[in-house]
Amino acid sequence: MTAVTRTWTGRILLLVLTLAAIAFMVLPTLIVLLTAFKSQANIDRWPPTLLPGAPTLDNFATILDTLPFARMFLNSLVFAGGVTVLTLIFDSLAAYALARIDFRGRRTLLLVLIATLMVPFQATLIPVYQIVADLGWVNTFQGMIVPRAASVFGIYLLRQFFVALPRDLDSAARLDGAGEFRVFWSIVLPNALPALITLGLFSFVNNWNDLLWPLIFTTTPEMATAVSGLSLLTGQSGTAPYGVMMAGALITTAPLVIVFLFFQRRFVEGVATTGMK
Amino acid sequence: MTATEQGARAYRAPRRLGGNGPRRAGGAEAGKGRRAASFLAPAIVLLAVFQFWPIIQTLLVSFTDSSGFNEANWVGLDNYLKIATDPEVRQSFLTTGIYALLFTPSVVVVALLGALLLNRKMPMRGLARTVFFMPFVMSFAVAALAWQFLLDPNVGLVSHWLGNVGVHLGDLLESPTWAMPTVVFVAVWKMSGFYLIIFLAGLQAIPRHLYEAAQVDGAGVLRRFTSVTLPGLMNSLEFVMIFALIAALQAFDQIYILTKGGPYRSTETVVMTLFTEGFGNLERGIASALAMTLMLITLVFSAIQYRWFGRREGDQG
Repeated sequence: MTAVTRTWTGRILLLVLTLAAIAFMVLPTLIVLLTAFKSQANIDRWPPTLLPGAPTLDNFATILDTLPFARMFLNSLVFAGGVTVLTLIFDSLAAYALARIDFRGRRTLLLVLIATLMVPFQATLIPVYQIVADLGWVNTFQGMIVPRAASVFGIYLLRQFFVALPRDLDSAARLDGAGEFRVFWSIVLPNALPALITLGLFSFVNNWNDLLWPLIFTTTPEMATAVSGLSLLTGQSGTAPYGVMMAGALITTAPLVIVFLFFQRRFVEGVATTGMK
Repeated sequence: MTATEQGARAYRAPRRLGGNGPRRAGGAEAGKGRRAASFLAPAIVLLAVFQFWPIIQTLLVSFTDSSGFNEANWVGLDNYLKIATDPEVRQSFLTTGIYALLFTPSVVVVALLGALLLNRKMPMRGLARTVFFMPFVMSFAVAALAWQFLLDPNVGLVSHWLGNVGVHLGDLLESPTWAMPTVVFVAVWKMSGFYLIIFLAGLQAIPRHLYEAAQVDGAGVLRRFTSVTLPGLMNSLEFVMIFALIAALQAFDQIYILTKGGPYRSTETVVMTLFTEGFGNLERGIASALAMTLMLITLVFSAIQYRWFGRREGDQG
């Protein structure tokens, strides 16, 4: 590879590959963005074009006229944000114990946790719903949030990063008499910032985008999330016109893109400031 | 009794390392247990109620004929026998295997190459990273919608462009041969960004002085990859491999949205069958038995992976 990057042909090849990869990744995103502003006539025309000839906002108007979208956005924010904050707290605490305290039964507990990941979540949906119903939490935020407030996936992800942090980081603090929680809070957590941001992003995106969960745990449009609410528009047949569906896709994905762009910087900064480079 | 206890202690004491007496070592052990418990308690309580208990219930239901139509009766292993003998269900396990074999290696390679590419110094690196992460931010519904539109034989831009160079795709999702590769393709496109983040975080955690040392020793790019990057990425790789495989064996969203298991059941995975049985036909017993069988299979494959990576960790330490 050294030889390849040294020659001009090699450099051009690498550049072409990079550009091709970027085009491949970006094309579908672009098509959602552009089709959302296309009129139906424009979409049906052959040969198809990338750009909308005369951009229109009709598709967005259709959605805003039919659904209480502001409320649905707020629901999405409370649901996805609530799960993310809680899961970061509970998962990092548990991951710390699994990564940095040599207690007896640690390996067994880790194996049990991993085993639970192997049961498809569709299988436990009915028993989980039963528990939420018994608590009287159907169609409430706590009913949507609490069952997901701790995640095996998150615990495992953070554990992998905590294990990789050098042990001599905390032995100095321990010599100064720092307790376990202090080591966790002021040594391990700041050093694991990239991992925390990764998990936070994952959790927020996953829950924001979840369709089945909010559909099952909410019963009124006032409690629906943006993504599940949008499915009310297309219905079971999914026959809404391409333009309206793309507009819906765009307004439900845009907040995630903004959140991501914000944390993408923090993500890189986080790594730079931890002194791990 | 006390004498025996002391005898046992005296016997065990020499086996301990360091100068700690047996009593002190035991106290430290209990202290560790207590400290670990206080860190674990909130997560474990939540998981016990909303994960462990529902899984135990699923296991119990898998031995009954529970359905939407009757009182549940204990039927022993009947559901499992039905699964083992039903040709359509057996086919869905095979289809899941094919999906996993296509998806797992592809997504790991794409994500790793992407992470290596995005970890290099290059103009507009931030923008390039964003582009790669974007599909991960989308829901499967949106990703599927976008590709469906691009590949649509009537209005799709990609089918139009490929048609111009003489490649006529036809309706990929309607073809029993091409539906599966298409679903895998969309899934790889959608998911690689997430695994890429994991690899990138792993790459950035590798101390830079290791690369500098390797360079001083005259190691080339390939050598630096095999002796610095790859060993440093083992934790990330273990994570990605295990979770990509689990995701593959539980493939549902992408299939539900793109093909509903068709055409001619060519993309009917186990979880798709589970969903149809459990929520469509209300056959909870069969659906639960399917879930448990899939769990067992996943467990076996993950254990193999876990052992392999565990051995590697042991080699290093």
